[in-house]
Amino acid sequence: MAIEAAHEAETGSVTGARFVGQRVARVEDARFLTGHGRFVDDIAVPGVLHAAFARSDVARGTITSIDTTVAQAMPGVAAVFVANDLNDLGHDYLPDGEAAHGRHRPFRVLAGGDVRCVGEPIVMVVADSRYLAEDAIDTIEIGIESSPPLLKRERALDSDAPIVHTGAPSNLYGEIPAEENPDLEAVLALAPVVLTETFHQHRYATVPMETRGIVARWEPGPDELTVWISTQGPHGVRSLMARMLGLKDTQVRVIMPDVGGAFGLKMNPRQEELAVVFATRLLGRPVKWIQDRRENLLCDDHAREDQATVTMATDDQGVLLGAKVDFLEGAGAFPAAFSSATVFSSRLFPGPYRFSAFSASAQTVHTNTSGRGSYRGPWMFETVAREQMMDCLAAKLGIDPLELRRRNVLGEADMPYAMAGGFVYDQMTAAETLEQAAEMIGYDEFREQQRAWRAEGRLVGIGIGLLVEPTAMAHAFMATDGAVVRIGPNGQADVFTSVASHGQSLETTIAQVVADELGLDVAQVRVVQGDTAATPFGPGTGGSRSAVVPSSAARIAAQEVRSHMIAIVAHVLEASPDDLEIVDGRVQVIGTPTRGMTIAEVAAKAYTEPASLPEGVPLGLEAQSRFTPGSFCTWANACHICVVEVDPATGAVEILRYVVSEDCGVMINPNVVEGQIAGGVVQGIGGVLYEHLPYDDAGNPLATTFVDYLLPTAAEVPEIEYGHIETHAPTNPGGHKGLGEGGAIAAPPAVINAVADALAPLGAQVRSQPLGPADVVALIEAASARTS
Amino acid sequence: MGEAVVRVIVNGESREATVEPRLTLADFLREECHLTGTHLGCEHGVCGACTVLVNGAAVRSCLMLAVQAEGTEITTIEGIANSDGTLSAVQQAFREAHGLQCGFCTPGFVISVTAFLRDHPEPSDQSIREALSGNLCRCTGYQGIINAVRLAAGTVGEDRTTGAIT
Ligand code: FES
Ligand code: FES
Repeated sequence: MAIEAAHEAETGSVTGARFVGQRVARVEDARFLTGHGRFVDDIAVPGVLHAAFARSDVARGTITSIDTTVAQAMPGVAAVFVANDLNDLGHDYLPDGEAAHGRHRPFRVLAGGDVRCVGEPIVMVVADSRYLAEDAIDTIEIGIESSPPLLKRERALDSDAPIVHTGAPSNLYGEIPAEENPDLEAVLALAPVVLTETFHQHRYATVPMETRGIVARWEPGPDELTVWISTQGPHGVRSLMARMLGLKDTQVRVIMPDVGGAFGLKMNPRQEELAVVFATRLLGRPVKWIQDRRENLLCDDHAREDQATVTMATDDQGVLLGAKVDFLEGAGAFPAAFSSATVFSSRLFPGPYRFSAFSASAQTVHTNTSGRGSYRGPWMFETVAREQMMDCLAAKLGIDPLELRRRNVLGEADMPYAMAGGFVYDQMTAAETLEQAAEMIGYDEFREQQRAWRAEGRLVGIGIGLLVEPTAMAHAFMATDGAVVRIGPNGQADVFTSVASHGQSLETTIAQVVADELGLDVAQVRVVQGDTAATPFGPGTGGSRSAVVPSSAARIAAQEVRSHMIAIVAHVLEASPDDLEIVDGRVQVIGTPTRGMTIAEVAAKAYTEPASLPEGVPLGLEAQSRFTPGSFCTWANACHICVVEVDPATGAVEILRYVVSEDCGVMINPNVVEGQIAGGVVQGIGGVLYEHLPYDDAGNPLATTFVDYLLPTAAEVPEIEYGHIETHAPTNPGGHKGLGEGGAIAAPPAVINAVADALAPLGAQVRSQPLGPADVVALIEAASARTS
Repeated sequence: MGEAVVRVIVNGESREATVEPRLTLADFLREECHLTGTHLGCEHGVCGACTVLVNGAAVRSCLMLAVQAEGTEITTIEGIANSDGTLSAVQQAFREAHGLQCGFCTPGFVISVTAFLRDHPEPSDQSIREALSGNLCRCTGYQGIINAVRLAAGTVGEDRTTGAIT
């Protein structure tokens, strides 16, 4: 169900748009539905060798021996590598984005000397088949003298805590120190209501259905490296691999085939992918590695694992006066990215609310566990903690959580607004989405009904998550995206885009944008993506940018091609360009459609009759463009409200309704928008209710199969209801905003708050996750122990 | 390690190969038959991405050995479209309902749903959800997939839980 509320003032759609805004069926589906998608494991390279890894089964310890003699002698084994063979070959392991920031991130290809988390790769075997490589791995004997690991982030900065990275002064990975803020101190001292709470978020995993994988081929003659990799962008991989191997970028070609989901996991190549590249370089033979699911759950980038202590002050009517937040984030041993809390969460915390006195501190720490990655909205704990806090405040004030938000929320009337974290919102419809979602779910009626249910002993609750989503971040490595639009001599268009899809439907949405500008049918526009030999440079996906940055580059290039076509036809017909339009593949005189040329005729002329072109119009029909948005962030926002019922006996939580009101600007394709919301919401629901990556006391991960690591299935998920508010974003010509991460950010607090509301009559306090059945039963028992 | 001969019919074509007994049916289809539409999402029988039809029954090909398939008739995602090459009703419904994003889980879902609707032509919403629960998708939140099954079954528009809580 979708409610589409056109927002009065600035409803946006391209003038004369035929495809933008429509639920156009996807171009890419035909190959996926028939088994003809081509993922990295499907790439056939003659003579390819297969890699497998022996890994640490100890969280922290000293490697005393490695015996690979049996493996080396096995038939079919081409090579066995240990740390000394590979680690010093590399020149620089940091990807572009980080290199630009001068940050240090601990990294090594294979563990040598010591091990720092379970699953760390120690030995790589390369053999004729994956079966043989794994047989050889089974024969390798590794001696490790274990020492007590550091597992808890809360302990990481204790003076007696084990140091994860030998030789480092402490376990601190990133920090924003607490700062003096006299204004805030004054507010906290005088405010009638001041509340402090600490919230926790557990560790979960990033589990795209396709795991990581790579095929790499070094060709000694031409001295060229070709890499096929499951990634989020080929260009960053290319420069990283070139830098690492001491090659020129021009010696490296990276191809991103179809990618089976990524969600931030595949932003950066990790140890294994780099080891494979070294192996092909050393052996002169192609090498392939496809991660298995156990490896993914055992030691690939983990997600979340946060803690925040929040203090908020209000007047006695619940009007926010100030806030203070201290984040503590667990980064594991070898994080895949820089700390989210220090870079982003701390600044985004004020979110959609009006207040100015604010201070934030953050610490990100290492532990002897798998490294933290950039899972969909990596900074999202700011929203989780803030929205939980709003409900805690509401309870303390005796004000309904919806009403408390109404008193503080920013809306269009407040814009522009300099929020307390230092960003300026140029646009915000948080108030509007709050009202739309409340109306869709029938908030007031629910509250009435809830009284009756509570009287019957049913535990039914409602929860709100309000979200401001920073999208299309444009800075440094991520400042721009590019496109080339080319209409060939037969009148069909290719779009070469710097971005590539791993589920975002870009072959369809970018084609929609370009088709509208060119007056072609979507079927006549082909989007070419994911090959450094064919496409313009770009950072890849990340930070929900595709609808804003690369799509705009494609739009602007298409506009230029359009203007060339108009100029050519104006010249031929001796008409004014202003009198021409492009309709259904024809450039024609407005009002006299018989006077005109088809795009194919224009294209043929542009390529084959150079003398007949007007002056100043380039030969051919091709243009390139590079786009940067008008500001650092394109702000999107959404409100999620859900209703849950808790079974007091089993602790099981069932989601009875789930409503999302979203403003992602002008929608290119509502199906794609709703699909992105749904995917994110279900990941968020999964994170709160089912997914959990616990460790035992020795540092062994306890959920390394899908039998233990539970993902939501179709049997558990609610039917999601969507409302849309479309305000034209000021940062890009199409007025689009990103939305790829918001679902996964706002769903957790909505679900947590709903569970907390359901349990409120029992006096249970929900301050941490996950909320699986056993956790909920424990909350209920703790509450009854407190009240009895 | 000994080797064994496997003779099967895959998507209507006979195949014969000499394989190690430990070779999984999934790897046999992908590597020996070059039918890479059958995907591996877990290799331990939970995700359903590797689902194929063996003598008409939906089977996880990561859990079955190629030698166990001896003498059977197998249909993979490459053999699901109509004989004239157009998309089957289930495939078409997935496209219309936006039932896929990255497309990695899709072959497994299409095969499972094809078998399910053959056996349950008029499924209830509850039974659709239960039938789908053996396949994992990480992109769609299952919304488009559930809608695709309703569409293929012709039950679109029938009463659902949305909007009313009882
Ligand atoms: S790969 Fe067979 S069930 Fe997951
Ligand atoms: S569409 Fe990506 S896993 Fe289902």
